[in-house]
Amino acid sequence: MRRKITLTVLILITFLLQTTVFQSLEIASVTPNLLLILTTAFGFMRGKKEGLWVGFFCGLSIDLFYGNLFGFYGLLYMYVGYMNGFFCKVFYDEDIKVPMVLVAVSDLAYNFVVYVLQFLLRVRLSFFDYLEHIILPEMVYTMVISIVFYRILFLINRKLTENEMEGQQSPWLRR
Amino acid sequence: MNKKKKFQLRSKHLLFIMSFFCISVIVLGAAEKMPVTPIREVAGFVIVPLQNGVNQVGSYLSDCLSGFQSVQKLSQENEELERQIKELTEENNRLALGQEELERLQDLYELDQSYSEYEKVAAQVISKDPGNWYSTFVINKGSNAGIQKDMNVIADGGLVGIVTEVNSNSATVRSIIDDSSSVSAMTASTQDNCIVTGDLRLMDEGKLAFSQMNTNDTVAVGEKIVTSNISEKYLKGILIGYISEVTEDSNHLTNKGYIIPVVDFQHISEVLVIKELKQQGGE
Repeated sequence: MRRKITLTVLILITFLLQTTVFQSLEIASVTPNLLLILTTAFGFMRGKKEGLWVGFFCGLSIDLFYGNLFGFYGLLYMYVGYMNGFFCKVFYDEDIKVPMVLVAVSDLAYNFVVYVLQFLLRVRLSFFDYLEHIILPEMVYTMVISIVFYRILFLINRKLTENEMEGQQSPWLRR
Repeated sequence: MNKKKKFQLRSKHLLFIMSFFCISVIVLGAAEKMPVTPIREVAGFVIVPLQNGVNQVGSYLSDCLSGFQSVQKLSQENEELERQIKELTEENNRLALGQEELERLQDLYELDQSYSEYEKVAAQVISKDPGNWYSTFVINKGSNAGIQKDMNVIADGGLVGIVTEVNSNSATVRSIIDDSSSVSAMTASTQDNCIVTGDLRLMDEGKLAFSQMNTNDTVAVGEKIVTSNISEKYLKGILIGYISEVTEDSNHLTNKGYIIPVVDFQHISEVLVIKELKQQGGE
């Protein structure tokens, strides 16, 4: 229960940050994708199922305010979370390198899909222009932000896990 | 431990179910079988006040920071400004003479129904699209303030975009630099029509592209581009920007090129929504 509430608040805060504060921190007209970091981090730390749910609700929050096809981002982020869940096996404390690579790859894949489905289908064929102007800058910026943001998420997750462990053990110890 | 074994869904199956759910929502939404607006309305009810709050805190903080400027700098600035006032009063006198002539010329220019006459609502930009692919933003006024879909949005005396979606207390605006936006426009002096489109690749240079300008005369760099009278949704005669580059198409009939917009799209914080629709009023 505590986890669900925390996750809801986290998604809400991340969405607010990304649409307000981080929009004024843009570099070369590109802003980092915090919701993607959140999705990737929880998929990686907690497995497929939680990644799937976190991704779904992250995407849904975008769908609710932006985007012309309702449900599109929900689907996309959900798959990002699920795919990252496969790497839960190699999740290891305090390691920052693997999640960084995962964030980069996820961002690349995510933007590629957005390009194909929403731009290529409108006959915007110059993929490399878009790669240079949007996809790569966003990937780098998101990766840099994830160094800090992942740490915070990691600490929150550890706190939650500790709480859950206590909750499980205490009735057993009392008996 | 006689714990009841809980029914657990495999993640594979969960993914399948949720994918099915999402895809059906997309299809239903696209076919307009499912009303999306009420859902967005409810979400806006929760999020818009929060975004408003974040923005207020942000502007408060930046006000505080600017208050810490050193006194020396301010007095220096004051001196400079006083000097500027003297120059400006001189210039003002000169310009006042030209004003009358300008008015007469403007009448001749047929930009008689200037957009300064329309009724407008001021609104603040409270959030922008979280991704980098589109440039849409949300303003803090909605249908309660009389805003409707397809109303034109201006700022700094130039066209910003068009309202694409309205909730009771917020509205989504698609700016003209958005990749999916295209505006029917014309040159102010010769009334040659063209299409102004946003282009993602030009976005960080802050330019717009125009194409299909059908003209016999040569189009000069620096020519004023305004919205056209044949546009369906945009009111006539709103300034878009100035031509910065023209090239002739290979068919030697039409021209294309780039426009520098008058609006600074990177730093829009306040906009005006024109409360007049092309379809009902105007011409």
